[in-house]
Amino acid sequence: MATRTFKVWRGDKDGGEFKEYSVEVQPGMVVLDGIHRIQAEHSSDLAVRWNCKAGKCGSCSMEINGKPRLGCMTRLNSLPEGTVTVQPLKTFPLIKDLVTDVSWNFEQNKRIPPVKLKPRDADGNYRMMQEDIDRVQEFRKCIECFLCQDVCHVLRDHHKHDHFVGPRFMIRLAQLEMHPLDTVDRVPAMRKEFGSGWCNITRCCTEVCPEHIQITDNGIIPMKERVVDRYYDPIAWFLKKVFGGSKA
Amino acid sequence: MSGGSASIGGHVSGFAATRRSDGWWQGWALTAGGLFLFFGYLTLRAFTGKYYWADPYISPVASPPLFTPVNGPGVVPLHHAWFGAFPSFWPRFLPQSPAFFIPGLAIAFRATCYYYRKAYYRAFAATPPACAVGGAPLKYRGETALLLFQNLHRYVLYGALLLLVFLWYDAFAAFFRNGKFGIGVGTLVLIINATLLSGYTFGCHSWRHLIGGKLNCFSCDGASKTRYKIWKKSTWLNERHMLFAWLSLFWVAFTDFYVMMVSSHHITDLNTW
Repeated sequence: MATRTFKVWRGDKDGGEFKEYSVEVQPGMVVLDGIHRIQAEHSSDLAVRWNCKAGKCGSCSMEINGKPRLGCMTRLNSLPEGTVTVQPLKTFPLIKDLVTDVSWNFEQNKRIPPVKLKPRDADGNYRMMQEDIDRVQEFRKCIECFLCQDVCHVLRDHHKHDHFVGPRFMIRLAQLEMHPLDTVDRVPAMRKEFGSGWCNITRCCTEVCPEHIQITDNGIIPMKERVVDRYYDPIAWFLKKVFGGSKA
Repeated sequence: MSGGSASIGGHVSGFAATRRSDGWWQGWALTAGGLFLFFGYLTLRAFTGKYYWADPYISPVASPPLFTPVNGPGVVPLHHAWFGAFPSFWPRFLPQSPAFFIPGLAIAFRATCYYYRKAYYRAFAATPPACAVGGAPLKYRGETALLLFQNLHRYVLYGALLLLVFLWYDAFAAFFRNGKFGIGVGTLVLIINATLLSGYTFGCHSWRHLIGGKLNCFSCDGASKTRYKIWKKSTWLNERHMLFAWLSLFWVAFTDFYVMMVSSHHITDLNTW
């Protein structure tokens, strides 16, 4: 039977090292299968977070050959021949081995003002048409694997966690802002507290999304455009200067 | 692994540092090379100030011409320029090139375009050069400080829409030489140019936002429903924005090259006149 070498980061926040394991592989195996085999045959204390093994729970996010990916959705035969390097996510604090503390993301979610629906129609119902919520439904495919957060260089390399909420929560904001029944204005917060201007739209978030959500084109850029509507429209700015008016 | 120093998690830090084992630099090199080549060529042509005209074809680099030199090889005829010859106070150190006026809008449109921003932020600013690859060691402010001007993209879009009208006019004018209807290879080149630029412009993210994306309800009234239909068409183009960005850039350069070659008598335009 064929074997494959896995080079897996072992350690915690105080330090660690790569360890190599030789694993028997079969056709159809994914990286997470290889990790499980290491746990079963070589090192039962190897820490990895996983759950559904079907690309829907978003738990097994890791960096495989340097790219943020889901371990359960990365077939070994899709990787180049040779050693498979497996690391924890870079953007979040390491707990142990391949497990990181992603709780920062849940804190960001709490900061976002929730939906506040407009009054019901006269007959007591809410109504919206499919075309009104198609855009929103795309964003609801998000499985919160946080690969987009991990690859976003604003967080990953520049550590601007205090300034930018990250792509996952930009599409959460878009999902709420575009909702046909919602009444909350999040545009000022999007610009300041959530830092839409920190994104320079290099689209890595879209490239790594396992749900193929068009994070940049359908989420972040439309939100940046709404900020432009409010704050960077020179015609509106001129009229405000001439005729006065409150700053939104 | 390439470059940098390893830290917790085995991650590497530093410019171009990564554990990616694929050819991430190929996309970077292609983008950087393509941008350098095409924008370099067009800038060079903008400064040459000649061979923009081969009756009835005008190069997109010089259209629409506000002013034109009185004489010179392949210059746009005086009667074709909106305000005639270049004014006498035109600085001597600058070539008399019609490209310095309205065609400059096309550069501003592309420079602030959401697709090109990705392309040149990666290719030239290296912020980052590729996904999960260490960026340039610069103080990063995103588009919150100096790059706030990128938010003016939509206003350059208005200029680009205007420019499109002129380019379509040029394409249709290319069917007529001395008032006689006909068609030449140059006519087709100009029509393809206007078509590709239309595909690029109407797939623009700002256009898509203005035409319908800013609405939260597409079904609320007649106007919203109409805007939704246009938005959907714009979305189709927007999904191919990168493709149209490159095709149209290549074709603008090719159109100019074709007009230059005909104008300088290096090639003969096949036509029915």
